[in-house]
Amino acid sequence: MTTAVAPSPTDHEHDAHHEHPAWLAHHFDDAEQQFDAGKLGMWIFLVTEVLFFSGMFCAYALYRNRNPEVFEFCSTFLNEKLGAINTGVLLFSSLTMAWAVRASQLKQTKTLIGMLGATLGCAAIFLGVKAVEYSHKWGLGLFPGKYYVSQVEGAPHSTVPYLWYLCIPALILLVAFVLYYVYAFVSASKFHLRVAGPLVVAASCFFGGVKLGQVLEAEESHGDSHASAGADAHGHEHSDHAGHDHAKEVSAPSVNLLGEAEVVTHDVAVSPAETNTPESNVNQKGMAGLFFSIYYCMTGVHAFHILGGMAVITWLIVKSARFEFHSKYYGPVDNVGLYWHLVDFIWIYLFPLLYLIT
Amino acid sequence: MSVVTNPVTMPATHPEAGKEDNYLTHSSGFLSWALTLDHKRIGMMYLVGVMSAFALGGVLALMIRLHLWTPNLEANQAWLLNKTYNQVFTLHGAVMVFLFIIPSIPAALGNFLLPIMLGTKDVAFPRLNLGSFYLWIAGAIFFLFSLFATGLDTGWTFYTPYSIESQGPVIAATLGVFILGFSSIFTGLNFIVTINTMRPPGMTWFRMPLFLWAVYSTSIIQVLATPVLGITMLLLAAEKLLGIGIFDSRLNGDPIAFQHFFWFYSHPAVYIMILPAMGIISELMSVHSHKGIFGYRMIAYSSVAIALFGFLVWGHHMFTSGMADVTTIVFSALTFTVSIPSAIKVFNWIGTMYQGTVSLNTPMVYALAFIFLFTIGGLTGLFLGALSTDMHLHATYFVIAHFHYVMMGGTLIAFLGGLFHWWPKMTGKMFNDFGGILSASIIFVGFNLTFLPQFVLGTRGMPRRYASYKPEFQLLHQLSTIGALMLGVGLLVALLVLLHSLFYGSKAPKNPWGGATLEWECSSPPPHDNFSSAPTVGDPYDFSKIEFDPKTGSYFKKK
Ligand code: HEM
Ligand SMILES: [Cu+2]
Repeated sequence: MTTAVAPSPTDHEHDAHHEHPAWLAHHFDDAEQQFDAGKLGMWIFLVTEVLFFSGMFCAYALYRNRNPEVFEFCSTFLNEKLGAINTGVLLFSSLTMAWAVRASQLKQTKTLIGMLGATLGCAAIFLGVKAVEYSHKWGLGLFPGKYYVSQVEGAPHSTVPYLWYLCIPALILLVAFVLYYVYAFVSASKFHLRVAGPLVVAASCFFGGVKLGQVLEAEESHGDSHASAGADAHGHEHSDHAGHDHAKEVSAPSVNLLGEAEVVTHDVAVSPAETNTPESNVNQKGMAGLFFSIYYCMTGVHAFHILGGMAVITWLIVKSARFEFHSKYYGPVDNVGLYWHLVDFIWIYLFPLLYLIT
Repeated sequence: MSVVTNPVTMPATHPEAGKEDNYLTHSSGFLSWALTLDHKRIGMMYLVGVMSAFALGGVLALMIRLHLWTPNLEANQAWLLNKTYNQVFTLHGAVMVFLFIIPSIPAALGNFLLPIMLGTKDVAFPRLNLGSFYLWIAGAIFFLFSLFATGLDTGWTFYTPYSIESQGPVIAATLGVFILGFSSIFTGLNFIVTINTMRPPGMTWFRMPLFLWAVYSTSIIQVLATPVLGITMLLLAAEKLLGIGIFDSRLNGDPIAFQHFFWFYSHPAVYIMILPAMGIISELMSVHSHKGIFGYRMIAYSSVAIALFGFLVWGHHMFTSGMADVTTIVFSALTFTVSIPSAIKVFNWIGTMYQGTVSLNTPMVYALAFIFLFTIGGLTGLFLGALSTDMHLHATYFVIAHFHYVMMGGTLIAFLGGLFHWWPKMTGKMFNDFGGILSASIIFVGFNLTFLPQFVLGTRGMPRRYASYKPEFQLLHQLSTIGALMLGVGLLVALLVLLHSLFYGSKAPKNPWGGATLEWECSSPPPHDNFSSAPTVGDPYDFSKIEFDPKTGSYFKKK
């Protein structure tokens, strides 16, 4: 993996086609115009992304404004440790991405591929942690909207292996990448080795993320170090079962929920079965369920953006492995970097808005 | 009249006469089109696509009108079942809005013309451009699916709560809209970047043809508004699929929120429809009056103003849906302000004709029809924007007539005018001018016959989207149906004139109308790369140096 052996595009520039080297599209006059166009295009695309998310932020603002107590109640189901870890991971990935941009400008291909691989790995860790979070919630019946299962003390934890389901695609990818690596190794193709390496590492990172998530999730369930009272109901005394754990939350915040809940929801249609206790005002499909709808929509759409980012970073790795980038042509790395920072940035909003409500 | 009647005869001694290189002959074979990155070919493919969608929407429209020939008070004697009627008008609206009118001018004419008018070789991202086209195809496939799966009956607006309950293929349709939205976003993005970064030397902002200003403003709306439609459609699909409840009042969700989201896109979207049409009219008025445009800067600025103000008035679609009084008043007031830039344009077009040398040929006749019809459409919008009158007129045929005057009388007529205007450039063939004028006249009369009675129906209380009506409305409905048939005939004549020209038309000269913008400086049809060397850019509306050369049948620019 040395840059020395690779043909340098800047060398070609001079002999073959002086005015239009291969990396300059035929309809652009010069490298600068091409770069500017790409950059402006990416910025506009980012604007559309912000507007795309804005719809969900509006929905969030609307329903939080209407039922603040629901958001406070439900936020306790979100494990802020996992959220915080993921925030850190994404922030770090923004650093590696920025470093990758620099490396591409300096034509340090080895660093470039390394940094892109690291970014990809961080993205995979993020998704791994997210998979733990999602599967844990599904196990408790914390589904969106009409599928929400009211949290009842002592209710059995679902035995559906959701985490497994979420891991299968990653597993398939990991196997495929390992095979690809073996193929690259056997055929001794330097190019394929350069591509396959980061992919294998990134796919493994997903499972690292899963492990990390499981450890933290278990810690949360076992620890009873929660000093704060009220809405923070993660603490418990005896159970080692997550289902029991969260079921307790239902009654814990009921005292302070009582007053507000009465004011806000008295005119809302509530099915009779769900009106027995005051706290169940919140703990029902049209309340907590709606919160989880918003939670899944926002984080889910965000996760799809992570996946999209991973796809384009992989494309960059392939291009880098062909030594395509240099000081006059690094636009794609730069623009994917911008996109990646935006995805990171959106998470920075999601994290406090969803996880850190009192 | 400046129409060329004598075909330009190539010297017989020239062996290459028939084989000059242009974008149509540059390469051949199915793949050379399907995988082309040439903006001109992509524009032509869009043209065929949107016109097919228009034909489909048109057939559905005729079904609606034929059904309404009788009052249908007894459902079993009616031509269509009530259920079917609902599906027909839904698909008519959805196909016309999402598949036809939104992409029509920008994606077809805009794609073809924008780089040439600007003096560049292509748009900034040719691959993305082709991608937009295939997204359009994909969205169209979803739509056709909902057509054949039958049962989409929500109206083109997909209002909740009904759309949540409807058994029809709402998910397929919303995903179709979602995909079409991205097609539209990418087209807009491409155009903004092209205009911002690729103008050749000399092409300053204020030397851009007004069509480009209009397309630029349109692109701003496409980029800013469409993502909101995207997320709205996604949430609606999730609502149906996962019961997320955000728009479902049974789960404490808010169906009115859907209306807000929807109109936050769809009101700006009506300017996606009309702005490019206004751009076309600015070109046609000036070229066919052989006189510089009156108030260039005002027209340019008003396009941008419309694009920006258009974002502030969506609430006028919801005056009766339940909003705070203050909110309705503010929305009403803003609605009035947004009509000012439109009025400025109409004023300027008329100012352009004043003391000009008007050639009454096909494009110009369409342009005149546009001014007349658009003005009626815009003025009736004010009745709807006023709170007290809208209480009565909302959801009646008055609204139907209003928006058909702006969308069909405005956008479609301008589109046809533009099509005739640039047809010689796009295909290299001249069409029969008499046939063109005939089509414009039939369409004009047919159009008014169809929709004027609907204003009257609306004021008398005929609600929209009903399969039956009181017998007293029958005369007006029948007039409308006759008009619709006439409209159909007029459109067919226009189609025949254009098709006829492809086979029998004389070869088009470089500049048949005497335009001063850059597209008239390349040959007809343009070569693959548009310009061999960067063109010299001058004032796009300076006609003082444009002269007619009877030998070639073409106008040319005096040195
Ligand atoms: C000149 C400025 C305009 C004003 C003041 C205006 C005003 C209005 C108002 C207030 C409504 C709501 C009526 C109701 O539902 O009660 C409306 C409906 C509508 N307008 Fe306009 N309008 C204008 C121009 C346009 C243009 C240029 C277009 C499209 C090219 C357009 C397309 C529509 C459509 C499609 C609807 C009905 C949507 C539906 O309910 O299905 N309007 N207009
Ligand atoms: Cu509107």
